[in-house]
Amino acid sequence: MYLQIPSHFNPCNHADVRIDWYNGLFRVVFDAMASPCTLLIELKKNEFERAKQIAYLAAIECWRIEYKYSRYQKDNFFCHLHAKPNEWVKLDDESKRLLHFADAAWHISEGLFDISSGILRQAWSFTEGASIPPQTHINELLPHIGWQKIQLDPIKGIKLPPRMELDFGGIGKEYAVDCVLQRIDHAYKNVSCLVNFGGDIATNKSRRNHQPWHVGLESPFKNESQATISLKQGALATSGDSQRYLMHEGRRYSHVLNPKTGWPVVDAPRSVTLAAPTCIQAGFMASLTLLQGRKAKSFANKTGFKFWVYD
Amino acid sequence: MAVTNKTSPSDLKYLLASASCALFSGNALAVDAQDDWKFDAATLIYQEGDSRVTAIEPVISATKAYDSETKLNIKIAGDTLTGASPNGATPSNEVQTFSGPSGNGGYSTEANKQPLDDTFKDTRVSAAINWVAPLNRDWSYGTGAYLSSEYDYLSLGANGSLSRYFNQKNTTLSLGLALAADSISPVGGPPEGLSVMTTSTSTYSGDDDDDEDEDEDEDEDEDEEGVGSESKNVADIIFGVTQVINRKTIMQFNYGISSSTGYNTDPYKILSVIDETAGANYGGNYQITGNNVYLYEKRPDSRLKQSLYWQTKYQFDNNDIVDFSYRYMFDDWGINSHTVDLKYRLRFGKHYLEPQIRWYSQNKADFYHRYLTSSNYLNQEYASSDYRLGDLKTLTLGLRYGYKFVDNTEFYTRFSVYQQTNIGAPGFGELTSQELYPDTTATMLTLGYKF
Repeated sequence: MYLQIPSHFNPCNHADVRIDWYNGLFRVVFDAMASPCTLLIELKKNEFERAKQIAYLAAIECWRIEYKYSRYQKDNFFCHLHAKPNEWVKLDDESKRLLHFADAAWHISEGLFDISSGILRQAWSFTEGASIPPQTHINELLPHIGWQKIQLDPIKGIKLPPRMELDFGGIGKEYAVDCVLQRIDHAYKNVSCLVNFGGDIATNKSRRNHQPWHVGLESPFKNESQATISLKQGALATSGDSQRYLMHEGRRYSHVLNPKTGWPVVDAPRSVTLAAPTCIQAGFMASLTLLQGRKAKSFANKTGFKFWVYD
Repeated sequence: MAVTNKTSPSDLKYLLASASCALFSGNALAVDAQDDWKFDAATLIYQEGDSRVTAIEPVISATKAYDSETKLNIKIAGDTLTGASPNGATPSNEVQTFSGPSGNGGYSTEANKQPLDDTFKDTRVSAAINWVAPLNRDWSYGTGAYLSSEYDYLSLGANGSLSRYFNQKNTTLSLGLALAADSISPVGGPPEGLSVMTTSTSTYSGDDDDDEDEDEDEDEDEDEEGVGSESKNVADIIFGVTQVINRKTIMQFNYGISSSTGYNTDPYKILSVIDETAGANYGGNYQITGNNVYLYEKRPDSRLKQSLYWQTKYQFDNNDIVDFSYRYMFDDWGINSHTVDLKYRLRFGKHYLEPQIRWYSQNKADFYHRYLTSSNYLNQEYASSDYRLGDLKTLTLGLRYGYKFVDNTEFYTRFSVYQQTNIGAPGFGELTSQELYPDTTATMLTLGYKF
């Protein structure tokens, strides 16, 4: 059945939320962030009301975050953030925390994870038949990339130089997964739930009788069998996509771009899935692993996180 | 989150966990910096032994934080000094009479007593303003100005600094520059260095009224032309490195160079000339026409100081903090000095206690002479008997106590005892029975309140 969500909670005008009983679980499905979003809720069949409440809560929270940080909306936080370059923009608490996380991620990754690098999309396309852009195009963009050029202050907020743009795409979906799960866990303490927003996955607790959730890992090669991961608590995120790459002079260019050079990572694995306590950590680590290119596997080994690499 | 040099992959887990923790805990970013003004008001009472000098110095400092790294600080201090300070002459077994630097306002010193200038009394007011702000993520700057004024001394200064952060702000390089222009207007004009001080008993001759009129005219002329003042320019450059060693240790290294050009002399200090001719007055004050001979001191008109400074702070597991520093200073006057300072802060809930020990040792300047003699006083290029340029050691023992109130205001007090030991060669003849290098003791009490 479908749930009607009041329009002011659905600022991006998504289709209604679908909820059904499936394999002994309530399954909630809705669209957000250009991905299918799924919730698996472990409740008894007669607890449909609670399941609906959880579904509401999840969709509203996810859509709130999507709208706030989306590049495609009007009059949202994202617009407000970019409206006045070279001026301090006051930040609300949530944005402050999110941007300070981005700052920490940039430092930890020594500049490889940079949410100001999104404008490289203007040069690179990874759809079928796309080609390598001219270096001049990349050179035009590089001066407008670099988190170190942005000023972030706990009181004054943030100051962006002109033509620079922040892209929350690299952390927004993972952040939404963590937030939704945190809200559910807070409001419905004993309900085990698996949140899956387009492959970014997290669960608050194991299923009945301490059984783990089984998550199928899709192989980039359609004919290969799926790997299955048992997840009791924590998150999984995947970076890389078998469909989005360029072949140039016999080398495979991944769609993951190095913000320092403006070029894709060469000879990176097709995909990296990584397990971490929260989804935003898993997402960051999966991207950082992929950015190591050929050395991705040895890098991931050293980090101590559990990971699955498809070459 | 201490990150030194390159992040190692095995550390990522912990760094990331802490970043993620801050993301999902609402108040993890609570910042100390407040938009309000913060004040620190304190008074220092300084008392030298033998009731020589008493100083009272009230200070108020106001700081406004615009954000965590942008701050404006204004500091106003006053001090009143009363008492007597050594004029540089040696004690004698006879009464000594001295004139003021202008040749008037004389004073006498009893036999076998330290010659002290008891006309010494001054009030000083100073104000400083400083501003620090980031330029961007990696750079910050500071700038400031100050003014200090006494009735015979005016100092104006400006400073600027630039800091560069490296390694996630675990390393800071900074460069500071300070310039000061001082003007000294001693009462009656600055005396000619190494000239013989005219003692008051020998100045009067002829008609008193005429003389006074002439004096006044001269004074007025001097004021108009500014002849009655001397000036000094001081430039300081400091290069510093601050390094976070680990989560508990921070170190700082500074190298400083300071150049002072112009009038470095103290116009109120003199030297005794001691009779070296064998006879009844051997070791006594050398006399010409029945008057003791004293010379005004003279110092070189340039001084170049260099200093090296190392400070380490370490925080123990129980939050006690030890703060150790060492400074080595040397200059082209031949002085070199060592300063060792050790503080240990203990915390007991809202109280803290901080014992301190500070040791200082200095070698004398090349032109330091406790006195000159009848055979050498005419061929000195520079000479000073200021004990601050002589061989000396000081020891300070201090104890600070503070109490933090619930509203984050703080009361603090500090009591310290200071002991200065001057060392030098003994005199000869008559002089051997005099105390040429008296020790100085002083006590200091500070009372302050931060709000």
